[in-house]
Amino acid sequence: MARKIPAINAGSMADIAFLLLIFFLVTTTMDVDTGIMRQLPPPPDPNQEIPDIKERNIMNILVSRSDRLLVNKKMGNIRTLKYDVIDFMSIHHDDPAYPEVTLKSIDYIGDVYTTKGIISLKNDRGTSYNMYIQVQNELAAAFKELRDRLSMQKFGRKYNKLINEDYIDAINKAVPVRVSEAEPEDVGGN
Amino acid sequence: MSRFKKQVSKEVPAISTSSLPDIIFMLLFFFMVTTVMRETTLIVKTKLPEATEVQKLEKKSLVSYIYIGPPIQSKIYGTESRIQLNDYFAVVSDIQEFVVLEREARDEADRKFLTTSLKVNGETKMGVVTDVKQELRKASAFKINYSTRRRVVKKE
Repeated sequence: MARKIPAINAGSMADIAFLLLIFFLVTTTMDVDTGIMRQLPPPPDPNQEIPDIKERNIMNILVSRSDRLLVNKKMGNIRTLKYDVIDFMSIHHDDPAYPEVTLKSIDYIGDVYTTKGIISLKNDRGTSYNMYIQVQNELAAAFKELRDRLSMQKFGRKYNKLINEDYIDAINKAVPVRVSEAEPEDVGGN
Repeated sequence: MSRFKKQVSKEVPAISTSSLPDIIFMLLFFFMVTTVMRETTLIVKTKLPEATEVQKLEKKSLVSYIYIGPPIQSKIYGTESRIQLNDYFAVVSDIQEFVVLEREARDEADRKFLTTSLKVNGETKMGVVTDVKQELRKASAFKINYSTRRRVVKKE
């Protein structure tokens, strides 16, 4: 005699699913990793000669042990650092107070003046990481602004709105992020 | 004539809940798929600094993490900033080996895209970070990312 199998009560299914749902809701982290991208230079070659760079082409930024800024041997301020860097890296023709400019021919842009300026960043071992990131952030903001300016001028839209890879490459060539970090040493200072 | 008149019940019929499990399952699957489980247990505190010019870190499988910060169990390990690689404390000289191992774990074609993400506590001094960077340079891991949180800029 065939017995009827009773139907399984599915009423508690929702509760079980809820339980699992709440577990995953609690454990999920939705944060995306963000950060400042940087490229490290290869280790220095002992045979390589130190390139001779003119004084006027370098902007020295020094972050002291007590998180204070020294920009070209003068006291600097983190709030104005971005504008100082933009000012320094902009094109100034025949002005000895600013770095030299050269005429460069770049695909898709044509002839454009580029600066020979370099930002030299130096920090003490006692500098706090917070301050270092603030300085890096200001430098990144300054270069972004410079790229935006050229991009607006040449292509009519901001740098991060560019779609064509060739255009992005061209802007990167015209405004390279020239930040040189000095070999570490104890610069001291208070 | 009254034969067409239906017997209308006054009661509102109960809403069927039989599709409720399906809806919940749908949500469940969404969260199951999007969840990323933490691979390492943090043993150092990393309160990241904030910045505005941040970029998203893409391709998480091609990122190796280095954590630097004061130990969570400060009563045992002190408050000096330490380096954490995988699940353990490490010293600066361990980093080159760590980079080699991380590189070996990846597909050969992807190795040159490997990024090292530095998750460093904001209060940490730059000395240890500089040492780590020097080691990374020696190990030819040139692409680095200073992990920061995005600062919300107030609109004026």
